[in-house]
Amino acid sequence: MAVGSLVGSPIKRVEDPRFITGAGNFLDDIRLSGMTYASILRSPYAHARIGAIDVSAAASMPGVVAVFTGKDLEADLNPLPCAWAAGGAAGGDVGGVVNNINTPRVLAIDDVKWTGEGVAVVIAETAEQATDAREAIVVDWEPLPAVVDAEAATQDGAPQLHENAPNNVALTWAVGDREGTERAISAAEVVVRQRIVNQRLIPNPMDTRGAIGRYDPGTDEYTIWMTSQTPHIMRLLLSAFVMGVPEHKIRCISPDVGGAFGTKIFCYPEWALVAWASRKLRGRPVKWYETRQENYQATTHGRDHITYLEMGATRQGVVTGFHVKTYANLGGRLSTIGPGVPTTLYGRVLSGPYKFPNVFVEVVGSYTNTCFVDAYRGAGRPEATYVLERGMDLLADELGIDPVDVRRRNFIPNDAFPYHNPSGLLRSWNGAEIEVDSGDYEAALDKALAMVGYDQLAARKQEAESRGKLLGLGLSTYIEVCGVAPSKWIGLVGEGWGAGMWESANIKIHLTGKAVLSIGTSSHGQGHETTMAQVVAQELGLPVEDVLVKHSDTLGTPFGYGTYGSRSAAVGSIAAWYAAAKIKEKAKRLAAHMLEAAAEDIDYEDGKLFVRGSPDRSKTIQEVALQAHVGYDLPEGMEPYLDETSYHDTPNCTWPFGTHIAVVEVDRESGHVQLVRYIAVDDVGKKINPLIVDGQIHGGIVQGVGQALWEGAIYDDGGQLLSGSMLDYAIPRASWLPHFELDETVTPSPVNPLGVKGVGEAGTIASTPAVVNAVIDALAPFGIRHLDMPLRPSTVWAAMQSSREDGR
Amino acid sequence: MIPAAFEYIRPTSLDEAFDLLAEDGSRALAGGHSLLPLLKLRLTSVDRLVDIGRLRELGGISAGAGGALRIGAMTTYRDILDSEEVRARAPLIAEVSGSIGDVQVRNRGTIGGSVAHADPASDMPAVLLALGASFVLRSRDGERTVAADDFFTGAFATDLRATELLMAIEVPAPGTGSGAAWQSLMQPASGYSMVGVAAAVSVAGGAVSAARIALTGVGEVAYRATGAEEALAGSDGGTQAVAAAADHATDGVQVNADIHADRSYRSAMAIVLTRRAIEAALGRAAGGSSS
Repeated sequence: MAVGSLVGSPIKRVEDPRFITGAGNFLDDIRLSGMTYASILRSPYAHARIGAIDVSAAASMPGVVAVFTGKDLEADLNPLPCAWAAGGAAGGDVGGVVNNINTPRVLAIDDVKWTGEGVAVVIAETAEQATDAREAIVVDWEPLPAVVDAEAATQDGAPQLHENAPNNVALTWAVGDREGTERAISAAEVVVRQRIVNQRLIPNPMDTRGAIGRYDPGTDEYTIWMTSQTPHIMRLLLSAFVMGVPEHKIRCISPDVGGAFGTKIFCYPEWALVAWASRKLRGRPVKWYETRQENYQATTHGRDHITYLEMGATRQGVVTGFHVKTYANLGGRLSTIGPGVPTTLYGRVLSGPYKFPNVFVEVVGSYTNTCFVDAYRGAGRPEATYVLERGMDLLADELGIDPVDVRRRNFIPNDAFPYHNPSGLLRSWNGAEIEVDSGDYEAALDKALAMVGYDQLAARKQEAESRGKLLGLGLSTYIEVCGVAPSKWIGLVGEGWGAGMWESANIKIHLTGKAVLSIGTSSHGQGHETTMAQVVAQELGLPVEDVLVKHSDTLGTPFGYGTYGSRSAAVGSIAAWYAAAKIKEKAKRLAAHMLEAAAEDIDYEDGKLFVRGSPDRSKTIQEVALQAHVGYDLPEGMEPYLDETSYHDTPNCTWPFGTHIAVVEVDRESGHVQLVRYIAVDDVGKKINPLIVDGQIHGGIVQGVGQALWEGAIYDDGGQLLSGSMLDYAIPRASWLPHFELDETVTPSPVNPLGVKGVGEAGTIASTPAVVNAVIDALAPFGIRHLDMPLRPSTVWAAMQSSREDGR
Repeated sequence: MIPAAFEYIRPTSLDEAFDLLAEDGSRALAGGHSLLPLLKLRLTSVDRLVDIGRLRELGGISAGAGGALRIGAMTTYRDILDSEEVRARAPLIAEVSGSIGDVQVRNRGTIGGSVAHADPASDMPAVLLALGASFVLRSRDGERTVAADDFFTGAFATDLRATELLMAIEVPAPGTGSGAAWQSLMQPASGYSMVGVAAAVSVAGGAVSAARIALTGVGEVAYRATGAEEALAGSDGGTQAVAAAADHATDGVQVNADIHADRSYRSAMAIVLTRRAIEAALGRAAGGSSS
């Protein structure tokens, strides 16, 4: 392949052959000499005091090496950190901030706050022995009353979880102009109000979580293999907050990781547990790998908001005020960035692609006796987009205006960029400025409408009616915030998480001309080994197979903040681009020396360095790399070796957008919803690998449709997880879905030299409201304005049954 | 997902199997697709698994007397789907087998295992009730045949004794002018039926001469909707008669409720799917196909 066309080429993923043939190296594939196996006893109660724990029977069972409880760890291991308290340090009219922080211990000591919180661990010669012995531990439980609902938890009389959090309030936070928004709504010609539940989800990566700890008594160093999206951050947090071990004495490695969807960003108890236990066992490695049921109780959940929206508008459908109050369920204790999701990542972008003059968002984060909640694919933005896009359809319905027109009348116009939204960050004391920098929202909307044949909608509804089906069409016009994030913004304590979010890349070109690119981001299915190689191979004119991408080992790769927030392309690949630029600059200087020319007269194209105007006076990058490496004839002052590192801090986030349209048919008799068409027009800027982009969009759509129609974690009132396994928690199957119809518009991001924006979350953000809006449209003949997800047949049927209208 | 320790034995003769099953704590292992997950989840435990997979007497599909079909208990869904014999003589069994589980489950799961396990939401019990099947049970003391009507006694409970093995399933030949059909509403997580209805009808002289209708997923155990059968038999099989019959789908049944479907939804769907199953079965009967 001509190297010049590598970026933008849909080449197949270089990592796939090993995954497809079973040659990958996932956490559970790793076997170390002398390895032991851990099994964790988890609370069967949602809320209970822990009395005496009798481990004597377990300790004497065959193969058992050790049994530990929370008290055994207490002197050595601190509670886990909450790295992102809610706050308003960056300004923008943020008020009313309260934080009452409680985080998990590695093993609970005094009490448990949800079913699944760990209280003891057995370590044995085999996983079977560890599991058997775990069942022999006897705990003297004192059950306490539980509460599982985010709003109910804050009411008087609810069971209290934490002494420092009256009424179970973990945080309160608000952004925007309260008075202006209230004035606008009370003066509005029309107001719509709705209570909207964004139900709790269980993320379900194919690879559950696991860790192996190995302590080296000779060097006093720890190695922790972990299923993490963020091995560098984990080393930092474990060192600084949990283990009290100097950072340079810990090495974190993420092997192949089979999906995460955000759940593997966080600092989990088991990371520290296996490392600590290995030291107790004088260096025997300790392995722990989650079962699926354990994953449902011990790995973070997503979403779980109860929202009250008020939208005021003119009779023409122009929104004048948008007020949102949200109760966010954060679980029994806080996960690493749990508070950041319903605040900064939600409230700051609630107005989406629309130019609303007045916005006010208030959030109450509550403690409940449920699994901790944190970022899940989209993290705050799917919740925001869902509230917003339901609101736009409610407004259209109230006014009898086409939902397309309501959206058009509120879009941020193309000449308004860069645009500061009224709940966004204007300008912080240190100069951060987060602005929607580009967009062309009507172009994507028009394209999607043409694809679906919007003018044929009435005829299609009639045709479906003749088959006993109710056809509905739903729109979602969305924006996304990718490329998180400028350190000046996200590093502000309170606004973000108190540390930077730059990214890194190192390129070494060996003597033989082969290159290794080491990056700070951490692929867990996204295809970094392909896309990052495409960027560097194109820039340096190397064959793509000559660029090996290494990641996810704190020893061999430069510090990076990892992969989440659709940031690996928008921040990480830009670091790789700049590292390649540094290599090119040095290679030009060396080529000038070799060709006896001036550096400024050297051109570099397709891997050839030549004197401008004399293409036959040239050296290949491989020849230059050889010269740089052997080092005996270098220009005065030049260091040997082509080895360059770049640390890239993005000046702004990136702002993908698009229009998704779902078409559904609802069976009148059963309430069954069939998604019959799905159209997605996304603008994710320039694409490094369109095949991978399409894959991300497909997967994202499926996950969002899953929330709309099938998924939902259900706790009973006592805090037992009823949807406790895949027998009861429904994730989408391919056969339930239509072929997706994808198209694009391309508005290059102005903030980076590749013009890329990021795509990991867009499908999930856009698809949930599109599908729900379609179902509600189908149910319009029944006078139904809103239903809470998932729109299972029983829910839809019950709504039709209780409707006063007959649906004809 | 690690089961508690158990002994595993794979007998090579029926006599050996009967000896092993006679010991306390033994349980027969067929395809394992229901039992092994329960063991792994530690929801049940056994001292000894007796793998009956190598017993030739439990395999095979053959034509019996009077056009009946005999399906060995250890026949997998895959074997059923590949069988010309089943497709010709009991096409509904093949049709439903194709929608059970996924490819891996169909490759390992057996029809006899499903029948003996008697999950109240599994499809095969309802299909075999509607088709009027009977089950051949054998122990050291001899062999007996039990009609499907008498076999399923409760959730995960059957007439099968601890010392017996289910040898085969016998399905009578469909009469002329008969048809059978299946309707189900899937519980989306497990893939089991929230409501599943099998209907088998015979038509003669412009009237419904016989009807067998069975439901699964609805009550504690798969059952025949005798009220619906009685209402349908002798009727003209017209739209009104079918709808009136379907209204009896849950007569006398304590209808299940769970997080996927409450009682009112399940009850309503039992009626809707019963009507659709009868309509489809009548259509097949009229079409001359003996489905």
